[in-house]
Amino acid sequence: MAVNTLRGKAAVVGVGETTYYKRAGSPDSEFVLAIKAILAAAKDAGIDARDIDGFASYSNDRNDPSRIAAALGIRELKFSNMQWGGGGGHGSGAVASAASAVATGVADCVVVFRALAQGQFARFGQGPKMSAISGDMAYSIPYGVLSPAQMFAMRCTRHLHETGVSRDTYKAVSLAAYHHAQNNPRAVMYGRPLTPEAYDNARWIVEPYQLYDCCMENDGAAALIIMSAERAKDMKNKPAYVLGAASGSEYRNGAPCHNAPLYATSSFTGIAPRLYEMAGVKAKDVDVLQSYENFTGGVVMSIIEHGFCSHEEANEFLTYKNLIAEGGKLPLNTSGGNLAECYMHGLELITEAVRQIRGDSPNQIKGAKVSMITSGPMVTPASSAIFGSKETL
Amino acid sequence: MSSAQFYLPEGLPAPAPSPDGLDAAFFAGLKDNKLMVQRCKACKTYQWGPEWLCYKCHSFDMGWEEVAPKGVIYSWERAWHPVHPALKDHGPYIVVLVELPHAGNIRMIGNLLGDPKQDIKIGANVEAVFEHHDASKLPFTLVQWRVAK
Repeated sequence: MAVNTLRGKAAVVGVGETTYYKRAGSPDSEFVLAIKAILAAAKDAGIDARDIDGFASYSNDRNDPSRIAAALGIRELKFSNMQWGGGGGHGSGAVASAASAVATGVADCVVVFRALAQGQFARFGQGPKMSAISGDMAYSIPYGVLSPAQMFAMRCTRHLHETGVSRDTYKAVSLAAYHHAQNNPRAVMYGRPLTPEAYDNARWIVEPYQLYDCCMENDGAAALIIMSAERAKDMKNKPAYVLGAASGSEYRNGAPCHNAPLYATSSFTGIAPRLYEMAGVKAKDVDVLQSYENFTGGVVMSIIEHGFCSHEEANEFLTYKNLIAEGGKLPLNTSGGNLAECYMHGLELITEAVRQIRGDSPNQIKGAKVSMITSGPMVTPASSAIFGSKETL
Repeated sequence: MSSAQFYLPEGLPAPAPSPDGLDAAFFAGLKDNKLMVQRCKACKTYQWGPEWLCYKCHSFDMGWEEVAPKGVIYSWERAWHPVHPALKDHGPYIVVLVELPHAGNIRMIGNLLGDPKQDIKIGANVEAVFEHHDASKLPFTLVQWRVAK
């Protein structure tokens, strides 16, 4: 293992979120949502929110840390970090930034947060309304490629074509998420189970995605508090240590107009080996996985690229039975995730990964010690992270 | 071409050349039914979409070359759920990602003309159809595709 590593040097000591709402359902503005989630995470960690001295977020979150710091009366702001691009693909990357900051003494207590009010601001699932467009989008939007589902569907079509993976795997991912949400009172889809028949009979959004292959659009905010491992051990919660975190994308992944050389991938072929090398674990050591679902097809690609099964094994391995918390070989998205808990741009997947280490997940995997997240399939940059309990250090 | 012959209803954002001039040659070519793509003058690498320099050799001397308006379907999608007011009640439409094997396997996005419910085969040969929107407030041309005869 590399000597120069982040492994074990930082930990998540608190998590929090607002009520999760349907799109346009929040009575609060996006800024208030952000503040409420940060206060909840600080309370969970047992710290005064004024002691937060750094902020990390992604996807051009609209809530400027300087405004938040002023609003909260933060004593001194030391770290204000935004990851470029990648939509929800940089949730784990923001964890990496925060962990790096506290591990190197740049800051002492960093909050990773994301807030979205798709009622107050534009919906993710609707196309732009301007009269003309230039740049890369001029080669796709006039042809009706407007929404994220439409931007990513052709990657999945190509993947299914090249590999022989079946759409039944998509169904398994969706049903497992909805199943887990039924035990999670925080979930927007709590009390609204999904049957295999309802999945099958749902309308097409864009082939190869049906309705329940797509994430929700929501309002809410989530946050997590990261400190150095040295400080974390004295905090009230069981720390979730950062064993590894990696971000980025492969050679020319961002080539314009769908010209990425590795088109039929979820952007993790380079990240996964770096992640495992840093974490010092292998896929077989992972007890529970939270995998970002913009669309189920991207989850299937992420799981394969992170080595949980091969393309050849996927149809047999990626079944509902194997993906649920009760006895599954790879418990997946145990809070319900972007499909059924809340589309909190994947940050809710990271708080869930932390809860699995702490032992307070709504679908707890008994004795979970290695808990993994993959953020943002098919985007660039994407990112992944692995948390471990104290025993894994 | 009258509006009834356009593949998608009018009202989606119209493509416009980049204000910095990067892709002016592409849009100028479309008016004359020419498919112009970038090719590095130094190392002859084809490049799409346009960029100011060659990713292979870092030369800034990027040329434009007319290429045969044909290709092969690399991937596709059929959109059903409308996400723009112009597409409301329109019904499904097909988008194809077309690879140009004779131009360094660069890829372009367009619509596949014909029955929107047709079977689509990855690997099928397609040819370009230039769809001119001359009466539009901001005139433009789309590069559409149809299965080669």
